[in-house]
Amino acid sequence: MKNCEYQQIDPRALGTPASTPSSTLPCGKTSSHRPKRKWEVFPGRNRFYCDGRIIVARQCGVLPLTLGLILFTSGLFFVFDCPFLVAHLTVCIPVIAGVLFLFVVITLLQTSFSDPGILPRALPDEAADIERQIDNSGSGTYRPPPRTKEILINGQVVKLKYCFTCKMFRPPRTSHCSLCDNCVERFDHHCPWVGNCVGKRNYRFFYTFIISLSFLTSFIFGCVITHLTLRSQSGRGFIQALQESPASVVELVVCFFSIWSILGLSGFHTYLVASNLTTNEDIKGSWSGKRPAEESGNPYTYNSIFTNCCVVLCGPMPPSLIDRRGYLPPDVIPQTVNSEADLHPFMAKNDTNMCTQSTKELLESVAHSSLVQSTCTPATTKTAPVTQESLLITVSSTLSASGRPPPTGCSGRQARRPTDKACPPRESKHKTSFRLPSPPYSLSHSPLILSDAPDVGFIPLT
Amino acid sequence: MATLFHNLQDLRHTASLATKVFIQRDYSEGTLCRFHTKFPAELDSRIERTLFEETIKTLNNYYAEAEKIGGRSYLEGCLACASAYIIFLCMETRYEKVLKKISTYIQEQNEKIYAPRGLLITDPIERGMRVIEISIFEDRSSSESSSSSSTTSSSSAR
Repeated sequence: MKNCEYQQIDPRALGTPASTPSSTLPCGKTSSHRPKRKWEVFPGRNRFYCDGRIIVARQCGVLPLTLGLILFTSGLFFVFDCPFLVAHLTVCIPVIAGVLFLFVVITLLQTSFSDPGILPRALPDEAADIERQIDNSGSGTYRPPPRTKEILINGQVVKLKYCFTCKMFRPPRTSHCSLCDNCVERFDHHCPWVGNCVGKRNYRFFYTFIISLSFLTSFIFGCVITHLTLRSQSGRGFIQALQESPASVVELVVCFFSIWSILGLSGFHTYLVASNLTTNEDIKGSWSGKRPAEESGNPYTYNSIFTNCCVVLCGPMPPSLIDRRGYLPPDVIPQTVNSEADLHPFMAKNDTNMCTQSTKELLESVAHSSLVQSTCTPATTKTAPVTQESLLITVSSTLSASGRPPPTGCSGRQARRPTDKACPPRESKHKTSFRLPSPPYSLSHSPLILSDAPDVGFIPLT
Repeated sequence: MATLFHNLQDLRHTASLATKVFIQRDYSEGTLCRFHTKFPAELDSRIERTLFEETIKTLNNYYAEAEKIGGRSYLEGCLACASAYIIFLCMETRYEKVLKKISTYIQEQNEKIYAPRGLLITDPIERGMRVIEISIFEDRSSSESSSSSSTTSSSSAR
């Protein structure tokens, strides 16, 4: 071991370890501007309210409709049905309905407004380190590096995919939501009804929401039927009862149509909870044993329904990793790895700038025309990863689809490009913010799926 | 690899930070938070293997304690469910308490063990719990001696 005399570094003098290493100013805050909070420079497609306390997806989906329907139907119930039922039956009815209503609204708001388990994107240092490891693990001859990593989890082989947007290998069970443009841990689905992703941190809120909503709709439905029955018995018939209480008809219709989908969804998610699965895994059939020869069971299950339920619903609540209300260190670059300039200091190769520029030109030319330009050089994929995303998308989809080694050189990539329809729009995303419903590297896997049930819309991705 | 880091040092000759080492997550036992205890080659000349492994093992134990599923976590979960999860807004969860302990431990390790050796550990929570980032700072004494030798040579040239 080299015997060096190191001057002791005072960790406090260096400021927080999160501050950028390129500046060695100890606590020197030269910025005269108000310090920014991290949510103000968050790279994903989210909106923040109350100074970062509330986070929602940029497209709130049909959350106002969900909330509106719940409030409207419950309001009608409390105003038009409860007085009759209290008079003829018991005061417990509005109490129970009130408790259920509160549960539904609170859990809905918590599902919509909380961080689902977003993984912060890799900082340039980390991304460069991963790139170095991928480069080093490749062979000497030029070959585009594979962007998957196989690991063993509880004795089972699991493939980790590289996320081009977040610049990291996604942890197991993590998926990238293209609507929110974030990697979400234990990604279940993006629910338009709550206007947010459902993931590790808010799954229990979501589950409580749909269970309590099932109870509320069933309860309201039952109470309204009871109300109309009692009214018709004491009065002049069912039709007369309907005419006397038109609000009950509205409630009946709303509850009747929503009960099927909500009960179905609750049942489905109860099955998922009991087997410790996510919607994403279930839809893609990750553990259902597509190839009978392989032994593939869910490596995350505890093999007991009770334990699975307890772990998923009552397990420890993980913290939010994005620290949206934390302050940015004054000298840190807010953009993590979206700008090429951040990556240049880490690339010691001489042809970095040349390759980056030539790759950039290639992307621009492809984005503006459907014809393939032959401006790429063999060295492009070895350098700035952020600009070679589109090239590697085709390579990785080739790898995962066919299992053959990808064609080397430009011709292979060019030949593939016209068939990979989503690539040109994906590249233009960097220029014109064009949005796709699903990332193009999912083309080789299951396509975008929408459920058949009309009221149930969930979008499992990647 | 050593050549590459030497190039990085040349690029960053104005900064005191030499390079960073990233200890990745170990998923062999599932999605619970664990880090690899394998000793990275870059730290070979900087710190004893046993000290490093002790730090990582202690961190792994802390995270295991935070994510432990047992009577207390179930009680916390059931209570939270019964209150429509409003208690999460009011009280600190067990996980958050353990994270504070981890933060204190890392600071203490930095002060006692890592900073004297020119290293600095970043709390994994600041990196999305993906990596333990260890910053390696360049040898100040060798840089000071090289700068002093260059000043003597320039003075002798005059």
